[in-house]
Amino acid sequence: MSGFHWDWAFAWSIVPALAQGVVVTVIATAGGSALAFVLGLIWTFVRVAQIRIVTPAVWFFVQFIRGTPLLIQLYFLFYVLPTWGLSVSAFATGVIGLGLFFSAYTAEIYRAGIEDLPPGQWEAALTLGLPVRRAWTGIILPQAIHAVLPMLGNIVVSMFKQTALLSTITVLELLASGMAIGQMTYRFVEPLTLVGAFYFVVSYLSARALRSLETRDEVRA
Amino acid sequence: MKSVPDTNAALLQMRGVSKSYGGRKILDRIDLDVAAREKVAIIGPSGSGKTTILRVAIGLVRPDEGTIRIDGAYLWHAETQAGLKPAGERHARKVRRAVGIVFQQFNLFPHMTAIENVREPLVHALGLARGESDARAADLLTQVGLTDHLAKYPAQLSGGQQQRVAIARSLALRPKIMLFDEVTSALDPELVGEVLRVVRELAHASDMSMLIVTHEMAFAADIADRVLMFDQGQIVEEGAPAQVLKAPQNPRTQKFLRALLER
Repeated sequence: MSGFHWDWAFAWSIVPALAQGVVVTVIATAGGSALAFVLGLIWTFVRVAQIRIVTPAVWFFVQFIRGTPLLIQLYFLFYVLPTWGLSVSAFATGVIGLGLFFSAYTAEIYRAGIEDLPPGQWEAALTLGLPVRRAWTGIILPQAIHAVLPMLGNIVVSMFKQTALLSTITVLELLASGMAIGQMTYRFVEPLTLVGAFYFVVSYLSARALRSLETRDEVRA
Repeated sequence: MKSVPDTNAALLQMRGVSKSYGGRKILDRIDLDVAAREKVAIIGPSGSGKTTILRVAIGLVRPDEGTIRIDGAYLWHAETQAGLKPAGERHARKVRRAVGIVFQQFNLFPHMTAIENVREPLVHALGLARGESDARAADLLTQVGLTDHLAKYPAQLSGGQQQRVAIARSLALRPKIMLFDEVTSALDPELVGEVLRVVRELAHASDMSMLIVTHEMAFAADIADRVLMFDQGQIVEEGAPAQVLKAPQNPRTQKFLRALLER
């Protein structure tokens, strides 16, 4: 059985090809995270502002995103939007899909961060005559976002792993790169092992880094 | 009993102010005047409405009934030719500018240093330039004895120091009346003195009116022109400190002061 044989020379030889997949995966994660952070903040503001029709509509949309699988959303964006005349590259579709999906979760995280602030912070801002805008940007958001940074970090780590789904919409990220090598060489052990190992190492190190960030915060507070 | 000061001179004027929470009357038709430069202390058991009257005075709480005037302007009403009309938060924002408050829990902004805390209202409420606001913030912190702690975060300061930063911060807008809400209740006993000293100096040196909720009777006797005894949302006794604190007439005041002595 050649399947269980591990060929170091072959493994080394495919690293450059996989590295290109890593680059795509990392950029997709970065782009998706940026989008999720910004969109989530917008959803949160729409919710706080209590605008008629808009707020319930946005909140239904957020619940809908949370309640359906990311894979279906990616397929929808990839196969259905072009038929409506909206066509973007597979990569951009993937980044938008990831950003939208995770924005439903960042919105919830921001909301929790804002609600957990002591009411005295609002009262101080109000009684010191700060404009509402400044109270948000200078007092409430910096504290709320700082408090939820570890949770936002977890979102990035989750998204990093979920980028593998982009392989299903033809994005040549890390998993797709590994599969392509397998299909060309009929050797799957080395590429898939390396791909899995890479996901694991990055996730593990990120989780550890986030934990140390949290404990350092506790010391400071 | 000392009479209510002349209406025109009253910096804070409440008429028939009531507030209920969940069917419980916290403030029951309160009439209260604080004259310019007058220092008024409020005493009373917990739950008597002492804190609520301060929150109402600065517009953090809107009363169910009654009117509040600050330096002549109605806090929750607009004056029209047809009479008084209820007004909203936007109106109240302008009027409450003349009122400052120091909270029991300090409510400093924890992500800002001492000087940034004091600078915040100078820059964003008054619109002062950075340089001028820095100088003024440093002055205010010097005034409360914190010259050496300008760049420290609240978490790096003792409770007494944090409360003094909060006092400096609320002085920044130069309020005409300052409210103190049990400003030493959250402090360790050994830190109470430094905060009371600052408030006392302020009371003696400044022209501000003050409305002070406190459990420190010696302090109240020292700085107050008038003491109000609150119980169940009403002012049950008022007068000069020597009278209310030393020779109370109302049985509820007598009981409250006796309980404090036996503590």
